[in-house]
Amino acid sequence: MTRLLRYVLSNYRFSFVAVAVCIAVTACTTLASNLFIRTLIDDYIVPLTKVDNPEYDSLAKTLLVLGLILTFGAACSYAYNRIMINVSQGTMLRLRRDMFGHMQSLPIRYFDTHSHGEIMSAYTNDVDTLRQMISQSLPQALNSVITIVATLCSMIVMSPWLTMVSLCLAGVMAFSTTKLGRVSRRHFVQQQKDLATLNGYIEEMVSGQKVVKVFCHEEKAVEDFERLNENLRGSAHNANRVANIVMPVNGNLGNLGYVLLAVVGAAISIGGYAELSLGTLIAFLTLNKSFTQPISQVSQQINSIITAAAGAERIFNILDEPSETDNGKVTLVNADVQADGSLAEVEHRTGVWAWKRAETDGDPILTKVEGGVDFNMVDFSYDGVRLVLEDIVLKAMPEQKIAFVGGTGAGKTTITNLINRFYDIQDGKVLYDGISINDISKPHLRRSLGMVLQETHLFTGTVLDNIRYGRLDATDEECIAAAQLVNAHDFIRRLSDGYNTMLSGDGGNLSQGERQLLAIARAAVADPPVLILDEATSSIDTRTEVIVQRGMDSLMKGRTTFVIAHRLSTVRNADCIIVLEKGHVIERGSHDELLALGGKYYHLFTGDGL
Amino acid sequence: MIKTLAKHIGRYKWASVLTPVFTSLEVVMEVLIPYVTALLIDRGINASHMQNIYTYGAIMIGMALLSLCFGIIAGRMASYASSGFAANLRNAMYRNIQRFAFSDIDKYSTSGLVTRLTTDVTNLQNAFQQILRVTVRAPFRMVSSIAMCFLIDDRLSLIFVVALLILSVVLFVIIRKVSVIFSKVFKQYDALNGAVQENVVGMRVVKAFVREEFEKEKFGRAAYLLYKLNVKAESLMALNHPVMNLVTYGCIIALSWWGAHFVVGGTLTTGELTSLFTYVMSILMSLMMLSMIFVMLTRSAASGQRVAEVINEQPDIVNPANPKTSIASGDVEFQNVSFAYREGSGDYALSDVSLKISSGETIGIIGGTGSGKSSVVSLVSRLYDTSKGSVLVGGEDVRNYDLTALRNSVAVVLQKNTLFSGTILDNLRWGNPDATPEQCRQACEIACAHEFIIEMPQGYDTQIEQGGTNVSGGQRQRLCIARALLKNPQVLVLDDSTSACDTSTDARIQRAFREQLPGVTKLIIAQRISSVRDCDRIVVMDSGKVVGYDTHENLLQSNEIYKEICAIQTSEGGDFDFNRKKNSAAKPAEEKGGGQK
Repeated sequence: MTRLLRYVLSNYRFSFVAVAVCIAVTACTTLASNLFIRTLIDDYIVPLTKVDNPEYDSLAKTLLVLGLILTFGAACSYAYNRIMINVSQGTMLRLRRDMFGHMQSLPIRYFDTHSHGEIMSAYTNDVDTLRQMISQSLPQALNSVITIVATLCSMIVMSPWLTMVSLCLAGVMAFSTTKLGRVSRRHFVQQQKDLATLNGYIEEMVSGQKVVKVFCHEEKAVEDFERLNENLRGSAHNANRVANIVMPVNGNLGNLGYVLLAVVGAAISIGGYAELSLGTLIAFLTLNKSFTQPISQVSQQINSIITAAAGAERIFNILDEPSETDNGKVTLVNADVQADGSLAEVEHRTGVWAWKRAETDGDPILTKVEGGVDFNMVDFSYDGVRLVLEDIVLKAMPEQKIAFVGGTGAGKTTITNLINRFYDIQDGKVLYDGISINDISKPHLRRSLGMVLQETHLFTGTVLDNIRYGRLDATDEECIAAAQLVNAHDFIRRLSDGYNTMLSGDGGNLSQGERQLLAIARAAVADPPVLILDEATSSIDTRTEVIVQRGMDSLMKGRTTFVIAHRLSTVRNADCIIVLEKGHVIERGSHDELLALGGKYYHLFTGDGL
Repeated sequence: MIKTLAKHIGRYKWASVLTPVFTSLEVVMEVLIPYVTALLIDRGINASHMQNIYTYGAIMIGMALLSLCFGIIAGRMASYASSGFAANLRNAMYRNIQRFAFSDIDKYSTSGLVTRLTTDVTNLQNAFQQILRVTVRAPFRMVSSIAMCFLIDDRLSLIFVVALLILSVVLFVIIRKVSVIFSKVFKQYDALNGAVQENVVGMRVVKAFVREEFEKEKFGRAAYLLYKLNVKAESLMALNHPVMNLVTYGCIIALSWWGAHFVVGGTLTTGELTSLFTYVMSILMSLMMLSMIFVMLTRSAASGQRVAEVINEQPDIVNPANPKTSIASGDVEFQNVSFAYREGSGDYALSDVSLKISSGETIGIIGGTGSGKSSVVSLVSRLYDTSKGSVLVGGEDVRNYDLTALRNSVAVVLQKNTLFSGTILDNLRWGNPDATPEQCRQACEIACAHEFIIEMPQGYDTQIEQGGTNVSGGQRQRLCIARALLKNPQVLVLDDSTSACDTSTDARIQRAFREQLPGVTKLIIAQRISSVRDCDRIVVMDSGKVVGYDTHENLLQSNEIYKEICAIQTSEGGDFDFNRKKNSAAKPAEEKGGGQK
């Protein structure tokens, strides 16, 4: 909670001071208008009734002054509301940007362990409850407190005795409100629980709705649903029932207090126990109202503040997640081969890249990017307990094609995720052109690796935008050339707006094969020295499959390629096939060598059961 | 929309009617109390008459207590009615979803339906409660306050009328402008959430291409647009405050001026003047409440629309008027069937398909993605209706059967299999709620599921997690087959249902089908030639047409496409995949880290 306030304040310190001042002024003017009735009755009406020729000049003057004060109050009220909008919306903007920005820096591991729904909920539900709190609850609470204090002061000045009665009443009110609040919170917690249960049930059943249909399970599904639904109805009723009576209880306690004060006040006034004028009593009664109202308001804000605090905690949890670490110093630069065969760094793309290692003294060292990758006794574990990869040794020479085969859980995808450092290895070393990948700056490392993932993700935007995702400064011509290279040009041309066709919802309007072609074109425009391809397992129709295959083939030319293979053709012409099982390399070699070996690969290829 | 929603107030109608009644009674008390207060001041305090103070005090206490009772009753009823209304809405939606045909299910996304059933309904519940409590209360309080003012002094009341007019006009203008901006705000909200969702889902692509900065900028722009719109909308809304304040203060000053004159002139008492001050506050508060309610209603209108849409969705497939409930045999026939997923789109998934399958035959179906294999089998159990032509089961058009009877006789194992949370036995009994453990075991033996179930620590009582995540893909498929077998069907449809099983298991399942279910018509969709090679006949599909229907040997001779598929699979483009051949090695860690889900 304090952290949230600090977060809000850090950017809007001045605004907050301004808001506090404005609220104080507003509260005082409201108080002034309430107090005015006493002045009106005691100083004007009562004396005026006693004279024969009433003179209204001074009343007019007083009213004019009052009018000015009140107008000023209204201006302040607008001012603080307007400033609060900037503060709350500005904070929301900053919070969203911070969250999103920080999220970009989180390791892949984070996204493995948190569901999309969970992450999304922070952006929608939690940010929204915060907005409500910052823009409504906070100023209202502030206003209430100032009003209470200011009113209390003037009440004491008017009549200490009556103030005591008033305070007792306020105590009763605060007590009943907190009591009711506690009960109601308990019911609200139950309601949230029931809602979550129902939510889970709906989610499971609706996602399996087609199965429900083919098994004619509808009646049973409704039956279970109704039970959970009834539970939720019950708890929702309980929660609201208690919350709903807070208002009438407080309102009428206020009324009872009014009577009590009137009786006591009148008794004092008539009995002459203390100095108490008629106007004072009436003004006091009005004041009492503005004293008790904020008390119930504050107590009602507590609920929303508690919810917001929970939301803030979830948001800060995201912001506190440690970012991906990157200690790499080696960077990727464009290079040109000089006449003497040495490398020189240049600004423009030359098709030649170099690793640049800055030396503390002297010129940076440039090493040509060849695309050789070595795994040296690499161990890896997702959870730090169970090894997923163990003692992996492999060597990919520049421009070689390495194919990984093996069952689910064998560790194929994991190996490729280690090369681009989506995950960091536990033990051993991965060398890229002889440089440890831990020494290469992550963005530069990844920029040198082209990835085509098994599951294609496209972004909202045009086809051209999606291809350009591979390299932001690519011209339209370069993007089209990339599409032509990987056989995507033909289908794109047939789309309604060609390259300017808008894609939305992860390219939902394209077929699986077309989406994959776009993903390949995206990698092609990036034109990286090393490629990592994960072949799609979801079957696409035979013809598209051949086209996709050719697209991949033309992309692989002249590059070191790691491919997680599902197709015979890919495996067959690989320079080296790595057969993985349970995190170990069990066989390696070319297609012919492995066939001759007669081991696991042979059995797979010939289709014999294992 | 309102009509649809209002229908579902149902048995909470009385509570819904009584809430405003009790609220009104509460308001009557609230309005009368200041009047009595005025009497208490004038006849009690001003007259220094203790007896009167007691009398009016007692009346006031009585009224406050009454008001308290009414308030509590109204609050309870409001919560009873609104939570009941929400429950009814959820129920109505859920029941209608159960009536959905496959085509209707395709139309809505799962997350969309979940949001409608939860968040949207909660919005409506709150809105309904507010309507019951405030929409009656605010105007009623306003009107009765005005009435009281006129009762006290009609000359001064004119001040209120003028103030009210000014205020209504200003509020109306503000609200109209704001609601236009708000609808833009909601759109931008959706866009922003869409952007986050896209980013989270595609995080690996973002990272692989080092596009973090690019994404941040993109998101930053969208967030800034939302900020701009929000500030614009709220700034307009904030104008409410000074306008309200100024009008209120204007009233107070006017009231003080003329009130003083009248009191001095003897036509108004001090007490009455105080009550007028109270009434002016209460009138303006009511108006403020009304404007707030209005904004809230515009916000919840979108939710109402979305809920009503689901409730009003007319299922594409309903039971015929006089349905047949028994299916004569497992004969299946397609007569010139054309089928489009979207009615009238002309985008035919199947065109002019004619097939004749006799009871007990095993038919393989093969062809590329999008060739129409799944469409063919989903027509048999009438998951969709044909666009042209008809599908016959047991010699009768499927449209003449009772849906339950038809689907119990035609068991389908869907391509996208789902198991539900519960024990294995619970899941199996979806096929037949009364199945004995013995029957379940038999079905599992045929589906080659028994062998791995007994190896599990709790055997048939093993708990399946939501979505069946704790069994491997192949195991899940075999359980789903067993579940379908328990229906004791006359036609069994397997839509690519053994793709995750290794070849030998696949073969054993097929053998078991042949030996133990000789009378059942079996339609088997497969990607692999090896899965269909031994079928009695094989249907070859291409672009929604049947291009071959014969035995494996004959097709190899005569059918070009079949030959091509065979050639690709045995030589170059076939699957070479441990995942399909060996399923028992599935490890959760790899799925976590490796699957780009």
